[in-house]
This record gives sequence, C-alpha cells and structure tokens, in this order.
Amino acid sequence: MNKKAIIFGYTFTRDRQIDFDANNHDICKIVAAAEPSLNLCISCGSCAATCSAGLFTDFSLRQVILLLRRGETKDLDKEISKCMLCGKCQLVCPRNVNTRNLILQISKALTSARP
Amino acid sequence: MTFDLFVLPFFLGLLFLLVVLVVKYSRWIAMMDVSDRVKAGMALFSVGLLKTVKEIFMESLLHRRMFRRNPLLGYMHMSFALGWFLLIVMGNLESRVYSGGHINPPYYPIFLKFFIHDKRVLPFEIFTLPGFFRFIMDLLLLYVLSGLVLALFKRTRSKWFGLKRTTQHNSFDKWSITSLWLIFPMRLLAESFTAGIYHGGGFLTNTMGSILAALLPEQILVYPAWWAYSTMLGVFFVTLPWSRFMHIPTEIVLIYLRNAGIEQGKYPGSFSEIELRSCPRCGVCIDVCQMNQAGLTGSTAVYFIRSLREQRTDTQLNSNCMMCGRCLEACPVGIDTLGLRVGARSVDNQLVASDFSYLRKKTADSKTAEVVYFAGCMGHLTPGVKQAMLRIFKKAQIDYTFLDEDGSICCGRPLKLAGLQESASKLVAENTVKLVNTKAKILVTSCPICYKVFNSDYQLESMQVMHHSVYIDKLVTEGKLVLRPAKVKAVYHDPCELGRGSGIYEQPRNVLKQIAELSDVTEERVNSLCCGGSIGDLSMNTTQRNVIRDGTLGVLCESQPDILVTACPLCKKTFDSGNMIKVKDIAEIVAENMSFPKFQEKTTTLVDP
Repeated sequence: MNKKAIIFGYTFTRDRQIDFDANNHDICKIVAAAEPSLNLCISCGSCAATCSAGLFTDFSLRQVILLLRRGETKDLDKEISKCMLCGKCQLVCPRNVNTRNLILQISKALTSARP
Repeated sequence: MTFDLFVLPFFLGLLFLLVVLVVKYSRWIAMMDVSDRVKAGMALFSVGLLKTVKEIFMESLLHRRMFRRNPLLGYMHMSFALGWFLLIVMGNLESRVYSGGHINPPYYPIFLKFFIHDKRVLPFEIFTLPGFFRFIMDLLLLYVLSGLVLALFKRTRSKWFGLKRTTQHNSFDKWSITSLWLIFPMRLLAESFTAGIYHGGGFLTNTMGSILAALLPEQILVYPAWWAYSTMLGVFFVTLPWSRFMHIPTEIVLIYLRNAGIEQGKYPGSFSEIELRSCPRCGVCIDVCQMNQAGLTGSTAVYFIRSLREQRTDTQLNSNCMMCGRCLEACPVGIDTLGLRVGARSVDNQLVASDFSYLRKKTADSKTAEVVYFAGCMGHLTPGVKQAMLRIFKKAQIDYTFLDEDGSICCGRPLKLAGLQESASKLVAENTVKLVNTKAKILVTSCPICYKVFNSDYQLESMQVMHHSVYIDKLVTEGKLVLRPAKVKAVYHDPCELGRGSGIYEQPRNVLKQIAELSDVTEERVNSLCCGGSIGDLSMNTTQRNVIRDGTLGVLCESQPDILVTACPLCKKTFDSGNMIKVKDIAEIVAENMSFPKFQEKTTTLVDP
C-alpha cells in the first residue's frame, strides 16, 4: 500500500489475517525435532525481557518462537541473526527451554530451507 | 641361509605400512599453511629439537604422564612401548654380531633366532657379546610379556589401573589389538621351539624350549610358529594406519609440531588430522568427564575424537560437551580436545549467520577512568555480584567506570565456543572500541567466561585484564582494602574458565583465607569439577545438567562447610538452584567483610556507581 495515497485522515493497516494453511510449518517441525524443548515454551517473554540484544534492538525470542509456530518464517533469519548467544535467556527461562541450541537450530533450518 | 618364505607377511606388511605412512604424511605436509611449513622445517635445525627428542622419549616410550595417572597403567604402556623399542634396537645390534657389522634386511633381526643357532653360547653366559645379547633379548621379551599379562588383567580388573570405565573399542580395533597381543607370545613360542631343538636360546626361551620339548612335537610345530609370528606382525602393520595404533607413529609428529610452535589453526587442517590420529583411545579421559553422570558417556573425548576420525558427522555428540577442560588436563598425549570440539562445531554451525550492525550506534560513548569494570551478561543476571563489586570500588576509593552499566554486549566467548569465530570477532571488535575508549589501565571483569576471551582474543593495548578475584587480591595486598575475619567455614569452587582455563587458583584462595576458614575439597584446582551450568554445552537438557550440578555439590559439601564460595556468576547461579548450601560469589563475601583501611588515602573524584 502506497502511503502517499492516504489523504482521508485515516490509514489502511496491513492485513493481519494469518493464513495458517498457506504458511510454512516445516521449519517448526524440523526445529522441534532437533531441539524438543521448543515444545515447552509458554511464551511468557522472560527471555525477551532479559535479552542482551534486546537492549539495543527490538529482537525478541518470544516473538521469534511465535512466528515460528505460526509458520511466518519469511524474515525470521534476519531477526535470529541478531542473537549474541550469551545464554541469559536460558538461565531465566521458567520452562527450561534450551534457548541457545534452539536459536542455532532455527538459524540452521532457515538457512538450509532458503532456495 | 638369510631368507625364508615365512618372513613375507611381516616384510610385505612393513612395506605396506611405510608406503601408507609416507602417503599420509605427504598429504598432511601439503595441507599445511606455508608459514607452518616453514616453522616445521626450521625446528629441525634448532636447539628445541633436543627438547622434542627428550619429550618423545619421556612420553612416547616411558609414558611419564601415564605413570602420573596410575603407576600400573604407566608400567603397562611403558613395557609395550619401551620394551618393543628396545627389542628392535637390541635385535638389530645382535644381528650385526653375526653379520660382521653390516646392516641387515629388516626381517633378519626380527627372525634372527630362526636363521642363527649359536650353540657356542652357554645358558646364562652374559659377559660375552653374543651371550649378553641373548640374555638381554630374552629379558626384554619377558618385560613386554609382563605388560601383556597386565593388559589382559586390565580387561576385567580395570580398577587396579585407576580406570573405572574403559574404552569400548570397535571391531577393527579389536582385530588390531588381538594381532598386537599375539605377536609376543608367538615370538616366545617360535623362539622356544627353536631353542628346544637347537639349544641356542637364552634363559627364558631355552628353559621353555626344554619343557615344551617334553610335551609337544617341536620339530613339527616350529615352522608354523614362525609363520604365525610373522603373520601377526603383518596383520598388525596392515591394520595400523586405520586402527588406534596409528597413534604410535603420529604422536611423535604431534610432539614435534607442537614444539615447533604450530597451533591447531583452521579446522579441518593438517594439525587437527594429526591430533585425531594421535589419540590412542586409552580411555583416561572417560572417567574424568562429568558427562558420564548425565548418561552421556558416548560424547566423552575419546568417542568424540573417534567419530571425527571416522568422519561420522554427529551434531549431538559434538555439541554435548561443557568445555570444562578436564579431559584436556588428563590426556596423556596432550590433544587439544576443546579446540577440536570447537572445530567440529564450526562445521556443524556454519549455516548460522549473525548481524550485529545494530550495536554500532552504542559504541562511542565511554567514560574515561583508571579502572574499567565489565560485569558481563552473567554478572548482570546476578545483581548481588555486581553491587558487591561497586561497593568494593567505592570502599577502596578507586577511580572506575562501569562499562556495561546499562546492559552489556556479550564478550563473544559463547559464540566462539559454538564454533562461530567469525560472529564472535564482530563482538570482540565492538567491545574493543568501547574498552579502549575508556583509556583505563586495568579492566576488571566479574565473569571468568569474559575474562578468558579478553585475554585470548582482545587486543587491548596496554590495558591489564583482571578477574575480580585477582583484583580484590591486589587491593588487599596494596592495603587499599582491609578484610575482617568472619567465623565461617567455607569451601572454594574453581570455575572452569578461571582455573583450568586461565590458571588462576591462588588469588581467590588468598583473599578467602583472610575472611573464612577454608577447607580443602577432594577435587579442586586443576581437578575441579564443572558446575553443570556451562555455556560450553549446547544440547544438554536441564535434567542432565542438574544431575551434574548435584554431583559437584556433593563433592564440594563433603566437609560440611557453612558456605560455598565461587568466583563465577554462572557457577553461583547454577549452584544456587541446587538448594544444597548457601552460595556466594567471592566479591559478595568480601563486600560483607570489609573494614576501614588502616590509613585513609586522599579522596579522588569518584564516579557514582
């Protein structure tokens, strides 16, 4: 949508409908097989709250996992490449998700799935 | 008579082995970087060569490091290595007595007793040259056989040798070791049969020959026995390049290259290939590895190295290691197990990309001060440690700046441990700018993980890197900080990255001794256990980590101390979750027990914490 066309004082927002069937769910399956603790995540956001990278940019592991589960994996590789692998998220995770390996596995799955 | 058909299995096997070794060595030399090749060449003409020869003698033949681990284990390995080596040397000299000093074909000394039956020598005549050699050759054979007997006992009584667990060898290694074990009994049989017939043996073979003559038809058995002896040698030589016994020729090369100053470098490269083949699979690394407790014996160093050598890609195996360095410390060959692990991970994780361009906006603004403090990611997760350090700075009236007060950029060590060296160097570059901008003389960090990488990867000009435990010790020695004793019984846990990783054992203990009554721990200093929380491991789950943590806590709490002190925020956090004992960082216990300095120095301008 071209922003210049908006002249009526209100905006068009991008369609936020998620076409679940059209999305790519394979990546999530591959990652969950490589790091099963992904399935333990309750999206509480503790990881995002403590994240070192999150101080400098809007990187959020919680969001990454949500997008991954929805299959919206299009721009995920750019997002995941911001991680410094410091491990703070792993220490604060109340569900003991192995976040560091999770990030490595997501990154690997995304890169190998890219055409 | 100087030739017989039976020497062929040995002779052809030896030729085959030599050809394979020449091919392999030339390939490794071709794979080397030019600078490394120059270094390796130069080492041939340096004084260091003497040191190398000495080390090869001490380690490859005497097995000094094996002796240190366990005397019986050391004796077993020495008897095979030194015994066989001396058999070859002495056998060669003995053969020259009969050939008038000429060099003989390689099979001739090995099968000398088949070709020469010197009846002039009386049994136990050891003061003539042929008699001396005959005596010494039998003695050496007995020496090797004593090692063989021990090796057989080790199969079922490994605890006598200081090994709870031994390596589970694959079938190829079993074939190879069977041929090795049979070589010496076959030699004994062949020489005894011959001595029984011709009476030309030494104290061992002659006696055995006479006894066997009464029991067995020696005339019929003697020739097959020589064939069997030769065949066993042949089989051993042919299997050697692909079995664990490849370590025999390769370890010598490894020691030489290491002393020439060549480092592991890129993976896979010639040095790592040589390291992989230098592993004798002795299994000393298995018991020391805490992965056993978590049921992950399969990822201990010996199996990890075998999987790399067999080119089996097993990501799980590569990532299951806490990088604590206990195997590195135990390895009698000195293989850089951690470097290999990082190398294997760099291949596994090569698809993992990184982009830290978002950091650039933040790097310029650093305050200047005498001392720069870096709490690190883990320091921020344990605010108690961070605050204690700030109190200490204030008390000692130090002009300091807190670099990562508003949150840190990771030091890069976790990425490095995951094999992502390139990504790590981006963070190193960012942090270096920030650190150098402070113009500080001393960099104090609370996290041993950061400390290790600051020392190894950062170019910080004249800035001195100090872990906070070392810095506190310095303050106390300089009189800037005075500690008062508290009536507590404490034990100190050496964090892996600080102790084995950086060699800091004494300074934290010096500080602690002034505050608490410090008891010894059964596994401490270089033998210290890992807390289980290590960021070195990538795929262990929490249950497995907790088992390791509890095992370590059990050892630390043996003397029933009031408090467990460590110097690593990650260790502290991990032990805390075990709920077994009160855990404190060294900075915290110091901050709680500071008294006023004896003389007040002139107040300098303070930067508020």
